[in-house]
Amino acid sequence: MSENDFFALAPLLLLSGSAVLIMLLIVAKLSHRIIQISSLFLFFISFLSLFYIQKILPYNVGTLLVVDGFGVFIVGLVIFSGLVVNILSYIYFEEKEEGPREYYVLLFLCTLGASVLALSQHFVSLFLGLEILTVGLYALIAYLRGRNHSIEAGIKYLVLAAFSSAFLLFGMALIYLETGTMVFLQMIPESTKSLSPLFYAGLGMMLVGVGFKLAVVPFHMWTADVYQGAPAPVTAFIATASKGGVLAVLFRFFIAIDGFKFSSVMFVLACIAAASMIFGNLLALRQRNLKRILAYSSVAHMGYLLVAFVPGSLMSLQAVCFYLFAYFATTLAAFGVVILMSGKNDDAEDIDEYRALFWRHPGQACMLSFAMLSLAGIPLTAGFTGKFYILATAVQSGYWPLAVILALSSVIGLFYYLRVITAMFAGNSNSVPEVKEKHVFFFRAGMLALSVLAAMIIWLGIYPEDVISFIRLIAF
Amino acid sequence: MILVWLIGIFMGGGTAALILGQWNKSIPRWVALATALAGFLLVAIFWTNQYQMINTHPSSVWLVDFKRDWISSFGISFHLSIDGLSLLLLVLTCFLGILAVLCSWKEITERTGFYYFNLLWILAGVSGVFMAMDLFLFYFFWEVMLIPMYFLIGIWGSENRVYAAYKFFIFTQASGLLMFLAILGLYFIHGQNTGMYTFNYFELMETVIPSETGLWLMLGFMVAFAVKLPVFPFHTWLPDAHSEAPTAGSLILAGLLLKTGAYGMLRFVIPLFPAAAEQMALPAMILGVAGIVYGAVLAYSQTDLKRLVAFTSVSHMGFVLMGIFSFNELAFQGVVMQLVTHAISTGALFIMAGMIKERLHTRDMNQMGGLWSRMPKMGAVGLLFAMASLGLPGLGNFIAEFLILLGAFKASVWITTVAALGLVFSAAYSLRIVQKIFWGPQDGYGHIRDFSLREILVMTTLTLSIIGLGLYPQPVIDTAAPAINKLVLLLETDKTQVGKVTKPDTQQYLVKKYQESYVRK
Repeated sequence: MSENDFFALAPLLLLSGSAVLIMLLIVAKLSHRIIQISSLFLFFISFLSLFYIQKILPYNVGTLLVVDGFGVFIVGLVIFSGLVVNILSYIYFEEKEEGPREYYVLLFLCTLGASVLALSQHFVSLFLGLEILTVGLYALIAYLRGRNHSIEAGIKYLVLAAFSSAFLLFGMALIYLETGTMVFLQMIPESTKSLSPLFYAGLGMMLVGVGFKLAVVPFHMWTADVYQGAPAPVTAFIATASKGGVLAVLFRFFIAIDGFKFSSVMFVLACIAAASMIFGNLLALRQRNLKRILAYSSVAHMGYLLVAFVPGSLMSLQAVCFYLFAYFATTLAAFGVVILMSGKNDDAEDIDEYRALFWRHPGQACMLSFAMLSLAGIPLTAGFTGKFYILATAVQSGYWPLAVILALSSVIGLFYYLRVITAMFAGNSNSVPEVKEKHVFFFRAGMLALSVLAAMIIWLGIYPEDVISFIRLIAF
Repeated sequence: MILVWLIGIFMGGGTAALILGQWNKSIPRWVALATALAGFLLVAIFWTNQYQMINTHPSSVWLVDFKRDWISSFGISFHLSIDGLSLLLLVLTCFLGILAVLCSWKEITERTGFYYFNLLWILAGVSGVFMAMDLFLFYFFWEVMLIPMYFLIGIWGSENRVYAAYKFFIFTQASGLLMFLAILGLYFIHGQNTGMYTFNYFELMETVIPSETGLWLMLGFMVAFAVKLPVFPFHTWLPDAHSEAPTAGSLILAGLLLKTGAYGMLRFVIPLFPAAAEQMALPAMILGVAGIVYGAVLAYSQTDLKRLVAFTSVSHMGFVLMGIFSFNELAFQGVVMQLVTHAISTGALFIMAGMIKERLHTRDMNQMGGLWSRMPKMGAVGLLFAMASLGLPGLGNFIAEFLILLGAFKASVWITTVAALGLVFSAAYSLRIVQKIFWGPQDGYGHIRDFSLREILVMTTLTLSIIGLGLYPQPVIDTAAPAINKLVLLLETDKTQVGKVTKPDTQQYLVKKYQESYVRK
């Protein structure tokens, strides 16, 4: 490896180094507070390093990884998500019995895995990244081992993720058998006509594996239980970083092999998108648990993202980048409020716990409202601009049925997002505002992070021009 | 710049009310009143200044224009512009805004800051809708007015408010999204034809659309406006929303939000898709008549006062739909008059229903009766507006409905005949209002006070306006005339060219770029 290789991989190296460093700090028996703050600092440095490597993009690191604008953008989102989760974790875990220190090591590893995914252009790096991410998540999901839900969620995720990894591996093996290479760009089939069944089978199996990770219908069964059982910060991480990384590698793979020209594969993807949008929104309708609502809503949102994905145009890439940005900010804000609301023994899951929140905690209620409105795609919020981008992409390439399904299913979605908001405004306005005494510093830090997220949601909704032109700049 | 100021005043006033409401419960209403008054003064002064200009130079349709780049990557600009039609509706918006604040004065006692915030933001959204000349911006404002309205109904409404709020929101949102898809379709067709991607209304008017696509796109727009107006089969959200909303909410719904539907048809459906609109004319007129009769019959059979008034809106808006799709000058003038007078007369009836509810704590007309002797002032005003609603000559509604019928008669004799029958029904339900509420035996309610000074003020302005419009409607007709003439001209020089649209091969482009950038290395 040359010096430049190290330079280009600086963010990944920093992340892995941080994991080791935190491990050493734990050995030194430092307090939770110090570990939290130092990991926050390390996350921050990793994030900054992304700006530092801008000037050498795009850069191939061997055949395994490629550091390009798109990849760096996704890595940026992933690290950002890790950073926010990190800020919010202290207040969540400090109250709990389990020693929360090792949690930060795992968080770094998962972030690393998702980042590797976003940069990989080779089956080996793809699988490595995916496994680093997934194995870390097994432990994170079941981290609160005293809770039944956590254990259940952990086991479920373990079984299903292992299962889907097997599918993915087998699919890769089949494609390797057919093409004799593991580098994405070298496996372009000469013509679509003479495409062998093996290649198709491999592609199909890979899609099953990826579908599980993205939790799109019909591979969505695990989502609600895992979202509910996992500790809220981990749920936030699963909802954002892990899905972002997988989607990025899927996109890169399809562009590289020019998968958009296989009309049958694209048809399947379009069906998956439609099913995810419809069923995701329908399933969320009857839920009264906020984490489960967000789980099914994430199924629907992955469907929306696939709508942007399917046309495979230049605008698709921009739309996916933009929507991911908006979705990350929004989802993190929503889970952030859940985290801040959660008590010692239980997460604040039930909608009833949010009743009259607007009169008790106006700040948190406003942020959750922004997040819900943004998920619902209402103007003035990031979600609206994102949805506009996706719809524009679909309409531009003439995918009218998908666009119409997106529009109508998002109306179903309104129903449950509005229910959350309605609950917050319902109830007695005279209830006394509660004051959260413990951990004032971290509570304030959490609120600050949430305010930044809320500001981003509004900013993307009102004046997205800067971000759009930035994305156009980096997207090939 | 005045247009931006107007929106800015409403949004700023709303935010100020929200913030000041944290400290004191009565400050927000004063802030809201000041804001609404400021907005009204701004528009009224502008109107009186421009009125001469409109009369002397009827050819210059657009009075004032404001344009800044917004999201230039997509050709979206912050483009506001008004003609006479928009100006009238803006005056109406500000006028009803003041009344809405005044009639919530005593009714709203909880969370006043947030209430007036919502109220003023609805006004901001509505005025934005009447000004936006960029289709993206138009949709943006279209949605901005929904959320605060949802809160207004959902938080301060009566018993069944949550259901009504949901229904209102989901109906309008679903139809709005279909319109948004149609906007996008138009955007890309225009972009692919000319190579220039823009949401600018004036550019998109030039778009050559294949006739079948045009019909679909037109339907996309139409469904949003039809739900808002509401057109007969899409009206079911309206009675619920109107009757559950607080008084000011009903006033704004009936007076302004319904008007956005009619405005959208006049401003977007006809100019953007003249050919497709003509195809739609007959079905639309039939639906209009169906609405007139259906609304009137259902209004007659209601026992809930607010629901009754809500169904009269369905009936009156049927006239609007019929007038718009008659495609001639008289009918268009009637439509504009109807928009203004209906807002005033129905608004007054809703305000009155609110006042009665405040005193008797019911909307059930079977529990009312004999109120004239207790409240003679309200009785007199109630009679006047019931008469206005049935279209008595001398009051504004008469002019409107008469012009519409006159215009529609040119377009279709039979349909107009049936519509005229609707007037009989409207006489029936209007008289029933008066008879049920003000006459008849009075059962034992305790002391009921007549109008307070504030209520007299509200009702006097409404009464003066409806009589004024009935006796001298010329200013309204003159102001809207240039816009209407342009519309008629446009329909006459209807274009029927058929363009060819090709699907660009966008995805190959991406793949090629990606491969080029990496294979080289």
